[in-house]
Amino acid sequence: MQQDIPGTTIFDGAEAQKGLALNRMCFSFNNAENRVAFLKDEDAYCRKYSLNDEQRAAVKSHNVLKMIEAGGNVYYLAKLAGIFGLNVQDIGAQQTGMSVEAFKSKLLSAGA
Amino acid sequence: MAVIVGGIATTHVPAIGKAIAEKKHNDPYWKPFFKGFDYVHYWLARTKPDVAVVFYNDHGLNFFLDKLPTFAVGAAMEYRSEDEGWGIPVSRPIPGDPALSWHLINTLVADEFDVTMCQDMLIDHAVTIPMALIWPGPTSSAKSWPVKIVPIEINTVQHPLPTLARCLKLGRSIGRAIETYEQNLRVVMVGTGGLSHQLDGTRAGFINKEFDKLCLEKIVTEPEALTRYSIHDWVEQSGSQGVEFLNWMAMRGALTGRVSELNRNYHIPISNTAAATVVYDNQKESERKAA
Repeated sequence: MQQDIPGTTIFDGAEAQKGLALNRMCFSFNNAENRVAFLKDEDAYCRKYSLNDEQRAAVKSHNVLKMIEAGGNVYYLAKLAGIFGLNVQDIGAQQTGMSVEAFKSKLLSAGA
Repeated sequence: MAVIVGGIATTHVPAIGKAIAEKKHNDPYWKPFFKGFDYVHYWLARTKPDVAVVFYNDHGLNFFLDKLPTFAVGAAMEYRSEDEGWGIPVSRPIPGDPALSWHLINTLVADEFDVTMCQDMLIDHAVTIPMALIWPGPTSSAKSWPVKIVPIEINTVQHPLPTLARCLKLGRSIGRAIETYEQNLRVVMVGTGGLSHQLDGTRAGFINKEFDKLCLEKIVTEPEALTRYSIHDWVEQSGSQGVEFLNWMAMRGALTGRVSELNRNYHIPISNTAAATVVYDNQKESERKAA
């Protein structure tokens, strides 16, 4: 058995199976009309993609860690985060519990 | 006969697409990254490739998790991009070289790489951003692309991922296929993505400069040494998305001659990523002796 990597979910078959509906909804956000439809009626849009209760709650909370727990893959979740106006620094800050400025400083310091 | 003139690899972070559109090349944040392309442009003006074979990973534009190939080879006349949902400009279509694509596919399958063959394949930012960085003319003007492309997609999203050794071998098979192609084509290998970065989880923002430096050394002199790392090791050392280095391994495998590093630019950070741009020379033994 491999050691878990702290703070990291390996997106394997079990995760992919769990997250299929959520990731499928995020995949639909490649289309601008779908992004508008989601914003217009989030509940109806999530129902259309058959999200389970955990996935629906995670989306509603805008909490990326919860979306990952519900099987979301970050490449797909990034499309949803974009609808909420969050870029990858914003979601990095949110997941690590830092301010966006502190998260950006952390990235800069990795180069020092 | 076709010749492999060398290899280029670069990071493909979506934010670069926005920076190009907003002409931020000289902005203090971006300049250290964009200046890495001065040498790329100089080298291309001298080597003049006709075709680029581009190893990349799709991020949910052409492929979804419902049917996900491990390796997919484009065989289209033209490659279009589309809205990816995160607001980066959509690239102009890039011409393909279907005859070369089918030659590569035939060779790969004969070599027991059972690839997915794609006559329609949307290319995402992992192709379009490197293309815009490497050949900026067609992005900023109505100029036509100076190269055709053959995109080769590697799964870096859904585990299990192919191993580093497998990707190196895939590249080698492509390198041999090009050397037996009877057209007088000059071919450049392009690998995109990386280096260390992680977008997801409480480890988001993970960057590993020391490991990146090791990779940048070993990939030139001894790529086999990197195959001792499992994918799990790679995620640990390089971050969840650091596995995009598989595209670099395939590019390196396709350089079948004597390989040397001509240029390297490494800069932290671009967005959440340790950014790197490299140019490798590929010299055939016979040419070296003649010179």
